[in-house]
Formats: sequence, structure tokens, C-alpha cells
Amino acid sequence: MNAFRQACWNEPVIFELGRRGRRGCVLPSVEKTAQREVAKIKESLPKGLRRKTPPLLPELSEAEVVQHFTRLSQMNYGVDSGFYPLGSCTMKYNPKIDDFLADTPGVASVHPYQDEETAQGILEILYTLGRWLAEITGTYEVSLQPAAGAQGEFLGALIMRACHKSNREINERTELIVPDSAHGTNPASGTMAGFKVAVVPSGEDGCIDLEALKAAVSKRTAGLMLTNPNTLGIFERNIGEIADTVHDAGGLLYYDGANLNAILGKVRPGDMGFDIVHINIHKTFGTPHGGGGPGSGPIGVCEELERFLPVPRVAYDRKRERYYLDYDKPDSIGKLRGFYGNVAVLVRAYAYILSLGAEGLEEAAEVSVLNANYLVKKLSQIRGIELPYDKGQPRKHECVFSAKPLLKETGVRAMDVAKRILDHGMHAPTMYFPLIVEEALMIEPTESAAKEELDRFVEVVGKISEEAYTNPALVKNAPHNMAISRLDEVRASHPKTMALSWRMHRQRVESQRY
Amino acid sequence: MTKPSSHPYIPNSVSEIKKEMLRQIGARGVEELYADVPKRFRLKHRLNLPSPKSEQEVKRHVESLLSRNKTSQDIPVFLGAGCWPHHMPAVVRDIIQRTEFLTSYTPYQPEISQGMLQALFEYQSMICELTAMHVANSSMYDWASALGEAVRMAVRLNNRAEVLVPKIIHPERLATLQTYIAPVETRVKKVDYHPTTGQLNLEDLKRKASAKTAAVYVENPSYLGFVETQVEEIAEIAHDAEALFIVGVDPTSLGVLKPPGEYGADIVVGEGQPLGNAMNYGGPLLGVFACRGEMELIRQMPGRVIGLTTALDGSRRGYYMALQTREQHIRRERATSNICTNEALCALASAVHLALLGPQGLRELGEIIMAKTRYAMQLLNRIRGVKAPVFKSPHFKEFTVNFDKSGETVRKVNDALLSRHQIHGGKDLSKEFPELGETALYCATEAHTREEIDRLSEALKEILGKEGRKQR
Repeated sequence: MNAFRQACWNEPVIFELGRRGRRGCVLPSVEKTAQREVAKIKESLPKGLRRKTPPLLPELSEAEVVQHFTRLSQMNYGVDSGFYPLGSCTMKYNPKIDDFLADTPGVASVHPYQDEETAQGILEILYTLGRWLAEITGTYEVSLQPAAGAQGEFLGALIMRACHKSNREINERTELIVPDSAHGTNPASGTMAGFKVAVVPSGEDGCIDLEALKAAVSKRTAGLMLTNPNTLGIFERNIGEIADTVHDAGGLLYYDGANLNAILGKVRPGDMGFDIVHINIHKTFGTPHGGGGPGSGPIGVCEELERFLPVPRVAYDRKRERYYLDYDKPDSIGKLRGFYGNVAVLVRAYAYILSLGAEGLEEAAEVSVLNANYLVKKLSQIRGIELPYDKGQPRKHECVFSAKPLLKETGVRAMDVAKRILDHGMHAPTMYFPLIVEEALMIEPTESAAKEELDRFVEVVGKISEEAYTNPALVKNAPHNMAISRLDEVRASHPKTMALSWRMHRQRVESQRY
Repeated sequence: MTKPSSHPYIPNSVSEIKKEMLRQIGARGVEELYADVPKRFRLKHRLNLPSPKSEQEVKRHVESLLSRNKTSQDIPVFLGAGCWPHHMPAVVRDIIQRTEFLTSYTPYQPEISQGMLQALFEYQSMICELTAMHVANSSMYDWASALGEAVRMAVRLNNRAEVLVPKIIHPERLATLQTYIAPVETRVKKVDYHPTTGQLNLEDLKRKASAKTAAVYVENPSYLGFVETQVEEIAEIAHDAEALFIVGVDPTSLGVLKPPGEYGADIVVGEGQPLGNAMNYGGPLLGVFACRGEMELIRQMPGRVIGLTTALDGSRRGYYMALQTREQHIRRERATSNICTNEALCALASAVHLALLGPQGLRELGEIIMAKTRYAMQLLNRIRGVKAPVFKSPHFKEFTVNFDKSGETVRKVNDALLSRHQIHGGKDLSKEFPELGETALYCATEAHTREEIDRLSEALKEILGKEGRKQR
């Protein structure tokens, strides 16, 4: 098995580098006439408003800056580094042509308040992308404004509010239902939008317990937030009954799009009865995650809810043959953020959909599901980990294993397995989620993984299982081949030791010195 | 496009590989894996989307669409208002394109993600130095949503239901704030400004600050570009009412302007886009969020915060996502915010840009911007019928230009600038702030050359001269 070693630079904090007087860039000299103005700045700013002590920024040459961040990059791991089966995150390959196109001046150097006549190209891309996303999700109209999936959820919950308000039911409909297997953002978004969150349990089969749902809905129900396939990777077969139950109670059905990749071109949330759908562009449509963002979380809605979408909307005037920004939406919930959305991310998605087309998107879904089920089959044979919930049921794009037997028999936990996977030059699965699986390892290979990669992953997990039974300490102390071994989490978050900035760290060190 | 045997993004799309995998799974076809999807919901047709295209075709198509845009590289654009044209150093572009950063996820597994964690810690630390605050998070979506989160944080802290904002606030920021705070039933009250200086009316602020005030918010520089000079007094009034003082900043001003931490800010928000991020038609942007270091504030902060710690064995320094118990993936419905994906790569870009600038560069950047702005104001103010700026106050990188005396509307002036002179004028404020008449908001940064500003001035003279004659 290939050995792997991550780069391990003993790289100081940037504030410890450099020398006084060094600089990483030279600014353009101010032309003579304007130069006089520099002198006057001091006069024009009242004394009390001028900065007296310069900020403590590092002083580095350009080369030192490049070296510092290059070294840091070598202690990081992306999709381009290798296998990244992080469940629920859809870490698929990010096509280079999409990045290339998004980084051209036609996107990068366009100001959002430019006259619409000077932004027709970008407006057409946004308009068309909106139509495509509506087609893909089976919804009526799409807003591209949310900056991320969670902001899309917040918007979706606000639209529920707006809808119930317009029906004069907002005072009664205060409860948002989420399954116990839901992403953490669902309940958090619901609370942010002012709802009380009610949790319904999953049944034996890992799907929503229909009887429990029926018991939970009432006049208080604002809606249900659901992902389908769910976070176990299982398709909620009873979606028709679920939708009827929620709708009959007067609630709205919200689709968390984190798992949309599995069903592209196969079945559409809108057709299943979902009224509001968010899409994680950075998952399903292959845009890079950037170490945490930026992403983009458009939402699609059914016709009845269209009027509540945020302003502006990208619209097309057929008569004038012109794209424009439409602010004239009196029922709109308003604005969710500045401007129109994470446009550079959306342009990448446009190019992605164009590259794959209808056939390619369906192929992506199919192969993501094929890959996940292949892993289910292979991993099920490994000692110490088991597939909880309905084993006969095919998984969709991801699967969740439990390392509970391994823990019982060897003392090795899911986290230890995850850390040991890193040692083999692969990213770990998502751990301890969904909450309904003990010692969960949530694995999403995506369609980007080659079979050889899947086989190697199976081999790695098998080897780790063996190690757990023969040399558990090796696994419990993993990782061994990373830039650093396990971190002191308590120290990081304890009020007495935490250092959330260099400034805070320095003050702590100083106070200890005296 | 010829029908290929597999798709370049999908290694297992080769039919033999699929067959082999299906055989091992024990399924006859991929369809079997979708057997649990009720037939009545299955899509009966292929998605109505274009057919697959080769990279060349995609490139040609997208580039031809984008060529219809006019960019700030084609023509001088004097727009700002929350998104500003600046020079983006080549180093910044290079570093954020390093794919170990670009294609990584949120650093949930710290051991394999030390690079991004350290870079984000450095970003946070630099924001703290700029703002003179103790803690910064590793990013929010943008200034507007950061403000929304800041006011919600204030409401959580003091359980009050009003926020005071300047009447001169960016309307989109105000709209976003209202969206964020409507669910917690918090009201916005606007504080008036002095008609000649634009400065916040302290009498009005005193009248409105009360035991109901959760927070007082000001923008410095203000939306209309001038520097708010009475910030210390404002802080005092806010604190006398036991409200939090929230300050919104453009970080490029903080090499020159006094940092908010030195005049009593409790929370600082702002827009990091001008530090190393392109305009991108308004997104992605970078929401700056920093606060004082008291635990009660830190515990209520939204968003991810990276902490400096050590390896468990104490052998070396390491970085870790601290205080995760505030966050949605742990705390769920009781989380301080739902934010998950943020703008980490934009934060990295800002950290790299700030590292290049250093303390000297940041000051010089601020000075150049102010010089360009002063130069532009003076030049435009000399044109008959034009008043620039409207307010008698020091300005940073934006300023108001009033056309009332010329008899022209901003709209007409802008149309003429664009069609006849290939210049994009400032943002029309006549609908946002009707009391300012025909006024536009102009922006000048280090990215604007003197020649471009001179051209703007000549163009305005030509337009106003011509139009003026027509009226006579």
C-alpha cells in the first residue's frame, strides 16, 4: 500500500516573519497634480480621527509572502489532491475550464451597479442558469441570491413566513418540523427565521416515521424541511404521503438540496411535491469549496410562492430583447445580502451544466449512486463496521456505516478510523453524522472517483480494521503522516487558554510572563 | 460533439467499468438502484437542457456572452457603493488558485487542513490589527449580512428590540438588515444627519437612544463617502444607553483612519472585497466581523473562528476551529447562526493582500485613495452647475456629485457619459435620497488614473455645456 506523507513545514505565524521596512508591493505613484492632495489629507482629517499607531501587520517581501502561503497550501488537502469522500459535502471534481472562465475580466471586472446595457452578457448567463436550475429541480422560479446553502434555507424559511402571513396564519403556524437525521443547518435556519423547531424521529428503515409525522403536524405546522435522499443516503419512498400529510395540514414542504446530486435527471423535488428547494451550487454543480467558501445556494419555488422571492430578479424583456434587474416585486421578502448573489460561482455552474448537458448530469447522478453502492457492498465485508438501517435498500449518492462493533471490540472509535484514513493520503468521511447513527462514518464518493480509488479506499479501511484488532494504539494515535498529530481541542476553546487572534495570543503570553 | 466513450469528469462512466461494478453489487442495471423511487414521480423525459459540449465549445460560448459586458478594464468605471474597483496583485490571484486551498472543504479534519486553518487564523489576526478588536471570525457572506448578524448578536446579548442606524445608510444594507432582524421582531429607527456636513445628528441620536436600543450602528466612512467625525461622541451616547456600538468599515481606510476599537466599537463589520477580491458583478464578497474579547461577546458570535492551539502532545503549534459548540452542526436550533459555508477563500485573498501591503502599504493605499478622491472632487467641483462633494466633511474614496444647478438629471448625464465618452458615471442617488436632488455617488481609488479622472471632468464639461446651451 502506498505510503503517504503530508508536507510538514515548521511555518511560523506570519507575524513572526519578515523585517522592518520590507514590503511586498509598491503602489502606483500619485501623479504630480494629485500628489499635492496627499499632503492635504493630514489637514483634512481631524486629528482625533487619524490612525496614530500603524496596524501590526507583517513586513515581508513579495517572495516571502509567496513562500509562506505556498508552504501553507502544501499542508492542505483538496479534491485535486485525491479522494475526498466527505459525506453530505459532494466533493466532486471542480473542472478547470469553469474556474478559467469565471476569472476573466468579463466576470471579475464588472461592477454590479453598471448600466444593464453594459452587463447583458452576465445577465443572460444568470437568467439562463436560473431557467436551467428551475428545470433541474422542477420548480417554477429561481432566485440566485443566497450566498450558501444555509442562506438558502434561511430564505426558504422566510418565504414560508411570508406565505403564512399573507394567509393570515402566521400567528398560528409557528412550528417547523425537521427529521432527527437532518443537517444542523435546518433547525438553525428555522430558528433564525423565527420558528420553533419540532423534531420527528426516523423509523426502522431510516426514513421519516410517517405515523410520527402525522402525529406531529397540526395547525401550528409552518412546514417540513427534508432532504431526499436523506442523510443516510436512503430515498424517502413515502415522499408522496409525506407531502400530502404536510400539505393537508396547511404546511409547506422544503427540500434541502445537499443531496440533489443523486437524483439529477431522475426525479425532481418539484415533482415530488416540494414547494421550496435550495441548491448547493458548490456541491452539485462542481464549483470549488475554497476551504469553506464561497459557495452559492439558489432556491427554486413553486408558482404560488414566486412573488415572495428576494429582489432584484434577473428578468428578460422580450420586446426590447434585453435582460434587466427587476425590483418591482411588492410582495418580495426584500433583500438577503448585497447585490445579486455569488456571481463568479454561478458562472462556473453555468459552464458546468453546459459541459455535461442533460445526459451528462444524469450520468453524474447514476455513477455517484453506483459508486456509493459499490462501496456499500465492499465495505460491508469489513470486520467491525456495519451498515445500519435497511440493508436491502439501495443507497443513493452516499452511505453511512457505524463503527459501533469496532468500538465495542477494540476500543477504536469512528474518529480514530477517520484519522487513520488521512494517513493514507485520503480525506476522511464525515464523522458522527447523522446523529441517529452511533459512531457514524458518512461516505460520499461522488461520480468523480475512479473504481481504482474506491478499491484502494476499501483496502485502506480493511487494513485499519485489522490494525484496530491487532494494534489499536496505532489507530487511536493516528494520524501519523500529517503535518501535525491530533490537536488539543480543549485548549483551543477554553476561556483560559483560547487564542483566537495573534493579538490575543500575545497578550496571554505577556500576562503569563509577569 | 462526437459521442465519447466516457465523460472526462466521470471516470467510471466507461460501460465495461459500470458493468463490472454492477455485477459486484449484484444489480442488473443502474435503474435497479433507483427502484425505490416511486414511479409516479420519476421524470418521464430527459431534462430540457442543452446537449453536452466540449471544452472548446463551452469556452467559445461563454466568452462570447461575456464579451458583451463592458468591464472596468474597457472603460473607466466610477462606481463604488459597497463594491469597489481596486488593483488585485498577481500574488493574490496565484495563491488563491493553489488548488490545495481552492478545492478543499471546510477544515473539519484539522490535521490534514493546517494550511487553510493557519491562513484563516492569520486573516482573523490581521482584521483584529486593522480594527483594533480582539476577535474576528473567519468570514461572513458580505457586509450587509454581517450587519444583520451583528444586530442579532446585540439582541441576543441585551434582549432589546430596536437598532438605530444613520438615515444615510446603504439602502441594500438596510434592506438586508431588516430581513435578518424581522424574525426577532427588532425595529430599525433612522437617525437624521446634519444637512451641510452629512454628520450624524447627535441630538436626534440622543433623543432616540433609550432602554429599548439594542445597538447603535454607524458606517465609517459613510455610505456617501465622508468620514464620520463624531464617532467618540456616538460611542458614548450608545454606551450611556447601555446599547452596543456597531461600526461598519471599509478596511482599506484603516491605514489612515482611526480604528473602531480605539473609539469604543463593540462589534465591527465591513466589506473585505477591496482587499484582494475582484468585483465579480457583486459576489462573492467578504463579510468582515470582529468584536471585543469578552467571553460573553465571543460566546454569542456567529460564524467560524479559528484558534491557535497545540498538538495534544504539546509538541508544536496547531490550528483548530474553536468554539464549535456555538455552531449549527453541534448546537442545531440553539446555534448562534446557521452559517456553514462562508467566504474562506476571499478571506485568504485578503490575508495575502494585507501581507503584501504591510503597515506602510496599507497607509499609502489609504493616502493614494484619498488623494485621488480629493483630486476628483476638486476637478468636478470646478465645473459649472456641478457641486462636489455635497457635504462639507472629509471624504475617503467616494463622494457625492450634485447636478441640480446644471438642470440635468444624473440619468441623462450618465447616459451621455456612457454613450458619447465611454465612461461609466457614479451611482444615481436621486431615488434613494430624493432630498439630495440630482446627486450621484462617485468613487475614485488607486485603480483610477489621473488621466481617467481628467477625462471624466472634460466629458462632464462637454455634456453639461452642450445640454445647458440646448435649454437656453
